[in-house]
Amino acid sequence: MAEMWINMGPQHPMTHGLWNMRVKVDGETIVDSEPVIGYLHRGWEKMVENRTYPQIIPMADRLCYGSSFTWSHVYCMTVEKLMDIEVPERAKYIRAMSDELQRIGSHLMWLAAIGTDLGNLTVFLYATRDRELFLDLFTSLCGARMTYNYCRIGGVRNDAPENWVRDLERTLDYFEKRLKEYDMLIDKSKLFRMRMEGLGYMSAKDAINAGITGPVLRASGVKYDIRHNDPYEVYDELDWQMCTHDACDTWARYRVRMMEMQESVNIVRDILKKMPKSGPIRVKPPRAAPVGTAIARMEDPRGESLMYLVGDGTDKPYRLSVRSPLFVILSATPQLLKGSKIADVPSILGMLDVCMGETDR
Amino acid sequence: MYLDLWGLVGGLVHWLMVDVIGTILNWLHIYALAEWLGSPGVLNIVTILVVALIILIVGMLVSITLIWQERKMLGRFMDRVGTQVGPFGLFQNFADAFKVLVKEYIVPNAADRLIYPLAPILIIGVSMAMFVTIPYSQGFYMSNSSLSLILTLALFGVIPFAVLLGGWASNNKYTLIGGMRAAAQTCAYEVPMLLSVASVVVLTGSMSLMEIVTYQQENLWLIIPLIIGFFVFLISMISEIERVPFDLPEAEAELVEGWGTEYGGMRFGLIMMSEYARAFVGSSLIALLFLGGWDGLLPEFIPAGLWFLLKVLLVFTIFIWARAALPRVRTDQILNICWKRLLPLAAINLFIAVFFKSMGWF
Repeated sequence: MAEMWINMGPQHPMTHGLWNMRVKVDGETIVDSEPVIGYLHRGWEKMVENRTYPQIIPMADRLCYGSSFTWSHVYCMTVEKLMDIEVPERAKYIRAMSDELQRIGSHLMWLAAIGTDLGNLTVFLYATRDRELFLDLFTSLCGARMTYNYCRIGGVRNDAPENWVRDLERTLDYFEKRLKEYDMLIDKSKLFRMRMEGLGYMSAKDAINAGITGPVLRASGVKYDIRHNDPYEVYDELDWQMCTHDACDTWARYRVRMMEMQESVNIVRDILKKMPKSGPIRVKPPRAAPVGTAIARMEDPRGESLMYLVGDGTDKPYRLSVRSPLFVILSATPQLLKGSKIADVPSILGMLDVCMGETDR
Repeated sequence: MYLDLWGLVGGLVHWLMVDVIGTILNWLHIYALAEWLGSPGVLNIVTILVVALIILIVGMLVSITLIWQERKMLGRFMDRVGTQVGPFGLFQNFADAFKVLVKEYIVPNAADRLIYPLAPILIIGVSMAMFVTIPYSQGFYMSNSSLSLILTLALFGVIPFAVLLGGWASNNKYTLIGGMRAAAQTCAYEVPMLLSVASVVVLTGSMSLMEIVTYQQENLWLIIPLIIGFFVFLISMISEIERVPFDLPEAEAELVEGWGTEYGGMRFGLIMMSEYARAFVGSSLIALLFLGGWDGLLPEFIPAGLWFLLKVLLVFTIFIWARAALPRVRTDQILNICWKRLLPLAAINLFIAVFFKSMGWF
């Protein structure tokens, strides 16, 4: 068979979201590939220039449907840095807790997606079933399932509801049992490991050079996690372990995310122990930001998310720029895919946890 | 206890043609037509047609039952209730069939006008033709040829050819790759499958499914001496009927719907239906060759056909279980499993069978 280009997307079961992975195949082997993005471009960065600072929070939620809280969080942190606001202690803990719950929810959605990518619907349904519990937690916390509009400049919108700690403990206990179930279903299955081991190799050097961050980088054995290297909120007061893996392949990426879910459970437990029982959760921010620039970054479930803000003294940002972790990771996909088979494309790309909202902005 | 299909239908046809229609015609003084209708040749042909129709309908009904069983059991495996249309979700298949019937018939512009409509006919026809050789019990069968086993496997061999034709004629890159994969996979897996079948033939000394079952009734179920062959045949059969974990030809994650991407409407429905028809034939082959066919407890009280269907459903449960628990395997890994694992195992199994036979133990 001669070499030919195959479009995988923009309407294709492999792509989670609207994008196009063009692969050039020789028989079943991939010789070249080219990611085509931009189908979901909404002009986000231009839109926010016409909105006041608080109005941007729900828009930041919509950067990624999978982990909306982390994006509104990083936006609020950026504005707080520009306005020089100190967030109350309890609000910091609630934010960190929401971050970790969001990380679990986002990783569960990724797990569901790779289930269908690898051709097994059971994993998909189990993961969505368990994700529902975390969505329920968020519903009781802030009333929404996916786009929360919960973070505020200077704190969070409301305090945790009654019985919050009890519900959270129950969910975490249940979820830890489920993690063992995933372990038995996937990790102990030879066929699942066959589909993941040794695919999409990317050495630590290549990963750093490509600017890859997050679980994909840690799966290449690099100890780099913003929560650890540049701690924000209260992460320096919590004890937790960074999850890394040395295998540099798809299997390592899978393992790192699964370990991170367990680690997030531990972090939430630690937060519940150390969180002040009561106190203010919000300070009132000024209406307009001063002239100047601010930058804040945090560990998104998909990598390092960063926002750069230029204030011009009015109540609207002069410029708000977003660094999306996936935009960078997607540009490295040709390197990941080269030499593998067509059947490996969903497996390799699924491990990146693609979310087009933040990539195209 | 079993139903003698040929005797029953033959008697009914004879009663209808000779006693009812013949008498009326004689009364009308049309003696030549009455005599022609009552001649053995005409009676035979009508009987064969009626029996074939009954076998086709029963086969289709069992296949539909398998679809229902898969939907329900897969749902339970996945912690959901499964289909809910009608009592116990029994009407889902009919709702689906109605839905695909009212769909528009679309032929892609670039498709081959001759081969594109022909390939599904070939697939569906061949899949339905496989019902012919499957006996449900001593009396309930269509044909009792002494080569029925070989005929079934030969019909299985036509499928990859038709799939390749359909995938190629659709003129689409996904379908082309899917068709090529199907051809490579099914051709490869026929080798260990035939080797494990050969071991059965060596032990029983017959290629007739009826005689193989009779042999098992008199001696013992062949799964006991040929346990390796049973597993080889099971895995090859999963691959042959293209189910998870070997459903590469229609790998929906990377190839949309594989070789069948361009087929819509009732063609899609019938292709799906024919897949379950082949799944039924595959499960019944396993039941017939290794699990004693309709051999069961209390043969005087429980109909033999019921035992057979029970075993078919049991074997299909294994298929469903595999689908619930396993991911799809890659093309090269599938071929690796076939050539490096299954083929040696099948050869060992054949040696065991020959050893048993030459020692005179069976």
